[in-house]
Amino acid sequence: MQGQGEAMARLQGVRKRYGALQALDGVDLVLRGGELLALLGPNGAGKTTAIGLLLGLLRADAGQATLFGGDPQDIRLRRHVGVMLQDADLPPTLRVGELIRQAASYYPTPRSVAETAAIAGIEDLLGRPYGKLSGGQQRRVQFALALCGRPRLLFLDEPTVGMDIQARQGLWAAIRRLVGDGCGVVLTTHYLEEAEALADRVCVLARGRIVSEGSVDALRARIARKRVWCTTALPLARVAEWDEVAEASREGERLCLATEVPERLVRRLLAEDPALSSLEVRAAGLAEAFTELTRDPATLPEAA
Amino acid sequence: MTPHRLDLSVLSERPAYAEMPRRRVLRAYLEEARGEVLRYLRSPGFLLPTILFPVVFYVMFGILMGGKRGGLDIAAYLLASYTSFGVMAPGLFGFGVSLALERDNGLLVLKRALPMPPAAYLLGKMAMAMVVAAAIVSLLLLLATQAAGVVLSAAQVARLFAVGVLGVLPFSAMGLLLGTLVRGQGAPALINMLYLPMAFLSGLWFPLKGTLLDIAWIWPSYHLNQLAQDAVGMPSRGATVAHVLALGGFALGFLLLAARRLRRHG
Repeated sequence: MQGQGEAMARLQGVRKRYGALQALDGVDLVLRGGELLALLGPNGAGKTTAIGLLLGLLRADAGQATLFGGDPQDIRLRRHVGVMLQDADLPPTLRVGELIRQAASYYPTPRSVAETAAIAGIEDLLGRPYGKLSGGQQRRVQFALALCGRPRLLFLDEPTVGMDIQARQGLWAAIRRLVGDGCGVVLTTHYLEEAEALADRVCVLARGRIVSEGSVDALRARIARKRVWCTTALPLARVAEWDEVAEASREGERLCLATEVPERLVRRLLAEDPALSSLEVRAAGLAEAFTELTRDPATLPEAA
Repeated sequence: MTPHRLDLSVLSERPAYAEMPRRRVLRAYLEEARGEVLRYLRSPGFLLPTILFPVVFYVMFGILMGGKRGGLDIAAYLLASYTSFGVMAPGLFGFGVSLALERDNGLLVLKRALPMPPAAYLLGKMAMAMVVAAAIVSLLLLLATQAAGVVLSAAQVARLFAVGVLGVLPFSAMGLLLGTLVRGQGAPALINMLYLPMAFLSGLWFPLKGTLLDIAWIWPSYHLNQLAQDAVGMPSRGATVAHVLALGGFALGFLLLAARRLRRHG
């Protein structure tokens, strides 16, 4: 998994403990250029700790965090990096244009204020004081501050929290454009559709460990379960007892059956009810795959 | 935007350092200071009490109730002591309260994650405190010379101005230390609990006698006040050099303690 393209950020065997809490417990992670890596996981899974280590905000107890081949605490390496953190209250009395100008001054070859605003879609907000903006507008300004330095690597921690659907899709488009230009992105998110829409790779963290890493498709494939919907005269209680069925429920007119052997299940359904209709077989969504992966530590296969 | 360049730095195991010309680093310092100054000049909740307290006190006690008492020129004495009282506030509150808030609301973490030159944060706040201190001294000087009848030479004016603008620095360092001890909204209360008694015990409101006078040297504001009194030609105790050294020592001590705490606790 290494050696293809440029490694921008890397965690190697990283452990980090806060008192009794083992926040990261032996994590390996590589991010290459032009790639968007989504970090998924429930609260307390270690996502923010992982980002904090890569930004030099924290020191690992064991293992190594590297940024562009060096120590993340070296300011010369952080000049390649743009950051949008989960909660940072920017000075409310400063205007948006002033905030961009200030953040851009930290970088060697920043974008102009106008270009930054155009990418983030905030041209109309430049003259407004930050404190007078709505939550979603403030997030877009924070995104602008992350990209104003022409970074080669962007860290986006829950970037679309508090945004409406339109603003969220606008931000997704901007992120895709930056990735298209060769920018690497590390994204943490609660919104699975966000990872599905953007990510080349998804890395699922739970209890300080990586429980799954791979493409969105690979993540889904790790979960063997498929869902089968159909309208049938067969009673729910009877179908639920079949060996082929892992879970059964009724959704309106249809039965919804979760199974690891969809072919066998469909054959049996059609055999027992020739009048069966509205048949649909689908792979689990990322949301379901994700719930599955983080649910039960004992039954999980070892992290790849 | 940027054409994708082939970067082989990883193969050579050498970190891909992004150097920055000195001129641009200097610009980062200036932009940070500009932002800090602008943001507080637009924040009446900070600016009004900081500037109005010493000015209103001076109008009441220096002008309306002033005059000469026991051979002491009250208006000149209070010009010096309210200058000391006034410039303590932007240091203590500008640094202390804002650091305590920004440690709490994520701004300090963001600034540490961004490639901001590490000293820019402190220098920016220092510039802000010095600008506000300059405004306070200027207003007091204006009132004293135009309304209270205090007669000062140009050299005395310049000296008091310098005492005020530089005198804010040890209190900035003290505010910095206090800001590392408390988080968030608790800071103003803690700082007021120190600010007001310290001003009183250093003889900023009326001359000290006895034991209080003997132990007043433990307060940085006492030394600042002696320098201010001396600047306007009022009687002062102790050598100028000793007061300057004492203030420098306080500034350095607070700064080192604050830096240690920030490194340990963030």
